Amino acid sequence: MTVVGRSAEHESYADALLADLELARPQLAERLDTVFVGGGTPSYTEQPALVRVLAALPDANEVTVEANPETVTPELAALLRDGGVTRVSLGAQSFDASLLGVLERRATPDDVRRAVHALRDACFDNISLDLLYGIPGQSAAQLERDLAEALALAPEHLSCYELEAKPGTRFSHAWGDELGRQAEAMEGYFARVVERLEMAGFRWYETANFCRSLERDGRQRDLRAQHNLAIWRGHDYVGIGVGAVSTVAGERRRNDPSLRRYEVALRDGVPPPGAVESLDESTQALERVMLGLRLDEPLTLSQGLESVIDREALERLRERGLVARSVDVGSVAARVSLTRRGRFLGGAVTAELLRWPEDGDELTRVEPAGTGATRLAG
Amino acid sequence: MDQARIRNFSIIAHIDHGKSTLADRILQVTETVSERDMRDQLLDSMELERERGITIKAQAVRVAWKGHQLNLIDTPGHVDFTYEVSRSLQACEGAVLVVDAAQGIEAQTLANAYLAIENDLEIVPVVNKIDLPQADPDGAAHEVAGLIGGDAALVMRISAKTGAGVGEVLDAIVERIPAPGGDLDAPPRALVFDSSYDQYRGVIAFVRVVDGRFETRESVRAMALGTEFEAEELGFMSPARTPVAALEAGEVGYVVTGLKDVSRLRVGDTLTAKRRPAAAPLPGYKDVKPMVFAGLFPTDSDDYPELRDALEKLKLNDAALFYEPETSQALGFGFRCGFLGLLHMEIVRERLEREFDLDLLVTAPNVAYRVEPRNGEPFEVHNPAEMPREVERVEEPYIKASVIVPKEYVGDVMQLCNERRGRFDHMEYLSEERVLLAYELPLGEIVLDFYDQLKSRTRGYASFDYDLAGFREGDLTRVDVLVGGEQVDALSLIIHRDAAYERGKQLVERLREEIPRQMFDVPIQAAIGSRVIARETVKAKRKDVLAKCYGGDITRKRKLLEKQKKGKKRMKQVGGVEVPQEAFLAVLNLNGQKR
Repeated sequence: MTVVGRSAEHESYADALLADLELARPQLAERLDTVFVGGGTPSYTEQPALVRVLAALPDANEVTVEANPETVTPELAALLRDGGVTRVSLGAQSFDASLLGVLERRATPDDVRRAVHALRDACFDNISLDLLYGIPGQSAAQLERDLAEALALAPEHLSCYELEAKPGTRFSHAWGDELGRQAEAMEGYFARVVERLEMAGFRWYETANFCRSLERDGRQRDLRAQHNLAIWRGHDYVGIGVGAVSTVAGERRRNDPSLRRYEVALRDGVPPPGAVESLDESTQALERVMLGLRLDEPLTLSQGLESVIDREALERLRERGLVARSVDVGSVAARVSLTRRGRFLGGAVTAELLRWPEDGDELTRVEPAGTGATRLAG
Repeated sequence: MDQARIRNFSIIAHIDHGKSTLADRILQVTETVSERDMRDQLLDSMELERERGITIKAQAVRVAWKGHQLNLIDTPGHVDFTYEVSRSLQACEGAVLVVDAAQGIEAQTLANAYLAIENDLEIVPVVNKIDLPQADPDGAAHEVAGLIGGDAALVMRISAKTGAGVGEVLDAIVERIPAPGGDLDAPPRALVFDSSYDQYRGVIAFVRVVDGRFETRESVRAMALGTEFEAEELGFMSPARTPVAALEAGEVGYVVTGLKDVSRLRVGDTLTAKRRPAAAPLPGYKDVKPMVFAGLFPTDSDDYPELRDALEKLKLNDAALFYEPETSQALGFGFRCGFLGLLHMEIVRERLEREFDLDLLVTAPNVAYRVEPRNGEPFEVHNPAEMPREVERVEEPYIKASVIVPKEYVGDVMQLCNERRGRFDHMEYLSEERVLLAYELPLGEIVLDFYDQLKSRTRGYASFDYDLAGFREGDLTRVDVLVGGEQVDALSLIIHRDAAYERGKQLVERLREEIPRQMFDVPIQAAIGSRVIARETVKAKRKDVLAKCYGGDITRKRKLLEKQKKGKKRMKQVGGVEVPQEAFLAVLNLNGQKR
């Protein structure tokens, strides 16, 4: 929820967000499971505006805020703590100054360390770090150092993403050739990340997410990101803000990305413009399987989910040791999960496993819409 | 007409030495075609022929010259159609042998001249293109005279292009070529030397009447095949069809048969009249068998019915084309086609692509093999995948090849022929500069890339021609290609044992480059029977993940997966491995089907 370089506008955006939240209020329980303030860098927000937004949020068991390391001062840490935030996700990306330079990040490696210390000093006991691997020019040794540096800060949670250079962007224009050259060498990075973090006592609970395991946590907490876990399990969520996405009762709503149109609508007290995608049963089932297989917990194939599974592919993938299948005691439904090797090939395995409706079966309609609130986009 | 005033002749030449130009000029000089109607190479009616400068279907044109009836029988100009050429020559008493004044004798000059001599024809040698600056009429005349054993002074010097000397050639035809000497009172006999298919009138046979007389509407019988039909129309070409009431001994003309199937009337057959049948047919009928085979598959499997229809239509006009349905698990539904030779194959393929707008995948060509299994009757194999793994003996077709090259390339040509299991026969200096090399080679070695290699190693100077020389035993073996442990039928090949290892290695290496990595290791093997002779592995992908997927990404990720799955549907499944069609194409190209 940042408008970089336009700090005067932060208050008006906060006004709009609050109005959006009020419109969504009837959809929301009094006390929520989770709130996630992210989708950008909320910590850049001018502090008075941020305080107002945090104050307006419904109570929740987990309230996560995304932050850029260089913005996390002791003052901000205290503000977040006082605002009811329980978890902070820091976009560290790397601890290597030259790689941060490639990524055009403002933060220095020391900023990341200082941010973690500031949060710890403010008594945050659930900190997540984002790391990127596969950065142009990144050597295997640099990856090892990044992982070691991150682990040295003893975070409760780590998200590790492979750098995706979207074709046609300035970044891929500048680095595409380098990435092409390194593609093969970097193929092993993902496996190395998983191996190193598991060695350090982390649970690889989702394709790109790791948390300190129950046994390793002094208080035996479930440190998975509860907000995202709910999404991967197919629960509904409400998104508030410019470009925010909600999925409620088989309908996916995407707010228009224009800040001006968003503010104008909410100033007039009407829902922000956006598009609605109606998710028919099979699409919902496809998404449930796609998301569920990202997790390390088995996915129960209820009747609805069974219908989108390509049975032949399932057998083939089982024979190849990429998918595991089990049956619950006292239940008829099978449970499937990806094997360890299958998880490294998650996209390809899932694509093969799913049975898609033939062309033309797709039932999507797009129309302007509004409302949205556990997710606050900035 | 009185046979004494009839002359039947062909023009024979190496490709591009000016046969068609001379034919055109004759039509002009004799005023058979008006200046206004004159088109270059009028006799070559198909677009493709005009473009390639070759004649595929022979035709006959009647012209008048100084009180004589001259029948010009055009001949196909390529080795694949040797049988058709020999039938055309059999219909003549003489041949005009055309040699390019700048090029001299080439391989086809030789082959055609020998055919003419075999058929006892009077040869009128002509050196053409004397107007070219680099022309050496005396040198060429000397070579021709040496070839046919005549006097260089008798070799005529002309330019078909400008018309210089063409009238003299016609005079020479009348003077030197004997008149036909058939028996007008004998039972009628006519040699079919060509046929074509007319959409409305059915098969039209081009004939040379040898004895007796055929009349319109009479019942006619083809003696070899036993086909009977009514002669709906008789006539001659001038160059358009010109009906006449009867065709008599010595004359050349056409018969409209009304038959709806070209295969019922074959070139080389003898026609006779039912009212007074001849006792014996004319000699030399041969059922021409295809020697080169390849699988033709539509690139888009939906085009299969179109391919079938197109082959049916081509077959109407091309009795030598053979086809039968073939199913390949790698390439889908298609046809195994048999051709007289490589050029014939190229022509069919180009016509299918051009005239019928089909996108084709053509497997590596192979020859016909005669196989004697351990137990059972010998049979012929047209598809490597049909070759039994256990055989007593295999025979392959051999050719007698003539290659003519400037002497500095003799070493290169000999090396190439040796690499291709050639057996040296003899060598002959045609002039101080040019050498004739005669080799015996397995046809199977020619159908791959021999011609390309010959051209590139001699910088295009070599000319090449061949004659089939029967079947011989060879140490041949079948090599299979396996992907993911499963045999890819379309890639099997039959090859000499000594070359099997090298070839197998090339094939698997190429496939490894072309098959995308899968979720598991994919072994690619070349094998003789159960013995693996080459092996490569497409290593499994180590990762394929949609890195991030949160609330805002789900729709996009779902669509990505859908695209990924649908992309796979377009691939062929072999041994549980998705192989893109391009992979097969690359390997088939490696096999040298492209010229």
